[in-house]
Amino acid sequence: MNNVLRIDRLEPLIIPMTALLFALILFAIFITLVGADPFGVFHSIYRGAFGSWFSWQNTLVRAAPLMLTALCTALPARMGLIVIGGEGAFVLGGLCSALTGLMLVGSPAWFAISMMMLAGAITGGLWIAAAGALKYRRGVNETISSLLMNYIAIAVMNFLIIGVLRDPATLNKPSTYPIDEAHMFVDIGNSSIHWGLVVSIVICLLLWFLSRRTVFGYAVDIAGGNERAARIARLPVGFLVLATCFLGGASAGIAGMIEVAAIHGRANTSLNAGYGYEGILIAFLARHNPLLIIPAAILMGGIRAASGLLQRSHDLPDATSLVMQGIIFIVILGSESLYGRFKIFRQQHSSERAVA
Amino acid sequence: MKTTEKHYTLTRRSLLKGMGSVSLLGLFGSRMRYANAGSKVNMGFIYVGPRDDFGYNQAHFEGKSGVASQAWVNAFDQESVPETVEVQKAMESMINLDGAQVLFPTSFGYFDPHILKIAKKYPEIMFLHCGGLWDEKKHPKNVGSYFGYIDEPVYVAGVVAGLMSKTNKLGFIAAIPIPQVLKNINCFTMGARSVNPDITTNVIFTGGWANPVKEAEAANSMVDQGVDVLTCHVDSPKVIVETAEKRGVYSCGYHTNQLPLAPKGFLTGAEWNWTNVYTDYAKMIKNDELIPNLVRGGLKEGIVKSSPYGSAVTPAAKKAADAAREKFKTGNFTAFVGPIKDNTGKVVIPEGKSYPQRDLWLESMDWLVEGVIGSTKS
Repeated sequence: MNNVLRIDRLEPLIIPMTALLFALILFAIFITLVGADPFGVFHSIYRGAFGSWFSWQNTLVRAAPLMLTALCTALPARMGLIVIGGEGAFVLGGLCSALTGLMLVGSPAWFAISMMMLAGAITGGLWIAAAGALKYRRGVNETISSLLMNYIAIAVMNFLIIGVLRDPATLNKPSTYPIDEAHMFVDIGNSSIHWGLVVSIVICLLLWFLSRRTVFGYAVDIAGGNERAARIARLPVGFLVLATCFLGGASAGIAGMIEVAAIHGRANTSLNAGYGYEGILIAFLARHNPLLIIPAAILMGGIRAASGLLQRSHDLPDATSLVMQGIIFIVILGSESLYGRFKIFRQQHSSERAVA
Repeated sequence: MKTTEKHYTLTRRSLLKGMGSVSLLGLFGSRMRYANAGSKVNMGFIYVGPRDDFGYNQAHFEGKSGVASQAWVNAFDQESVPETVEVQKAMESMINLDGAQVLFPTSFGYFDPHILKIAKKYPEIMFLHCGGLWDEKKHPKNVGSYFGYIDEPVYVAGVVAGLMSKTNKLGFIAAIPIPQVLKNINCFTMGARSVNPDITTNVIFTGGWANPVKEAEAANSMVDQGVDVLTCHVDSPKVIVETAEKRGVYSCGYHTNQLPLAPKGFLTGAEWNWTNVYTDYAKMIKNDELIPNLVRGGLKEGIVKSSPYGSAVTPAAKKAADAAREKFKTGNFTAFVGPIKDNTGKVVIPEGKSYPQRDLWLESMDWLVEGVIGSTKS
């Protein structure tokens, strides 16, 4: 019996796939309405995102930071918290890791990179944990507080970069001093993908293991499902809130560190590029499962990677790829309500039980 | 060296020739030459914001559209590309998929590290960056930069503002206190005070290049304080010019022509004239000429220009502004003649000393001239 394909197991696969297909049909209608050829557009999206090794590199390098900022929303969501503060954790994580790098100029690369990563993780972690603490201790809505904290984080970064941390040589684009070039992430082989992608995938896998295969993850799921039951079972709910927020924030902070160490080499306003906000969308697409975040981030990275080609070969504005992301997001969110509604999945399920 | 379609090669001879290049404006470094076998000139443009932002990006888009009207030019562009790895990928994509020969990544923040990194990887492609940062000693030979002395038409706009203001209070909404921005604030103020010594300019820094909400707040609060001419240095002046129109005060534009946004209160403005610059580059590539690494110019060279006058501008103000513009066009005029005090009373340019309008010292400016109300510490 075990070898037979069980249709009830396929429910979490079939529903999002059907939703994705439906979203693509809606997008095709939209494209037709604005006067472009939908098949040509889909072909360009495929070509720009996954059509060649060049496009794959393009996609993967964009997906790397998104995986980590998605975790910032996904982990607290398992506790039932909607945190959208990834942008702030990303920016401050990047800033603090750059400062750490500046203090370690000349030290061995492995040490400096580990310390920078630690600095990014701790900063991002504490930032989001603060939103978690406000929620747990004071009942402040974590969605609002984490959103507003983004603005604080960006303002703090701007203030420091224009002020005390500014390298006076950066006249017209205020930035910190550059970190040691020997401490920068290099590209994998002769591709243009930096090692940050590997770090991001490993962190997704580790946090998937933590949330699906450990007592901690089980406790989080219980507390997220029913907080009162969790309290009665004497689960440390406060600790779980802080821990999931910290881990989520730490992931976004590491994403900021990678952005500094792999791309910019210093901290400046380019860090505030919206990776944190795009991560929210991916977390929801992946239904807050750290493992599914990997393909979801690659899909979204690919759509963004194809945006340039859409603009240049179809004369469509940049917003086209945002419209596509938006449609996918809303349709997949809407499809959440369909779970358990289809008889085909349930009948199979109950007969399965009867056999067992 | 033979070249085929869409191929152009840097020959050793041209490089050697380039090394011993002539200097123009005293600023030109070595040059580079591309052979082009009569096919179209492929030019790629990248903007940090939308093409139709009524500001910085639209000015470049208009330049791209201008050069694209030449039959032998194939120009393509991409908008809203952030200053991250995205711009590196956009550049590579234009090179690999569209056959770009020359790229114009137009945002200031694209230069370091993005252009420098990709330029090293594609030595046969020319990367021309808007901002004026190319340094012969540090940067690759296939990178160049171009920029305009927009403070000249800003000064001219200041002359108009100074003569049109009834309250003698001007308002300047600026992004961040960097030298380029400070030079514009100072030139606007000096232009106004050259015709009306009672003028003061209120300055508000919004902290970012595109902060429409803060820009609108700043505009409203300035009007509440009695300011009756607003201008700005942000990526898109749209919100500020529209707010001024709504509140019934005058406005001076920036980057591109904002007259259509404020038909009643718009006075004039300082604009880029990128069509000129991009067409010159395209011709150099087509005619197989050396491409200079550093191109700069102001009103005289036609790299910047003034916006058309709005209907409110009086004949006297027009006359004074035209006269100021003509003085800049001679190339000898400068606003930076001592004695000049900053707005804390400190003498920054002593009596008897003067700096040419385009002096390099002015590009590390960190002071606000007397008459400006505000602080660079913001």
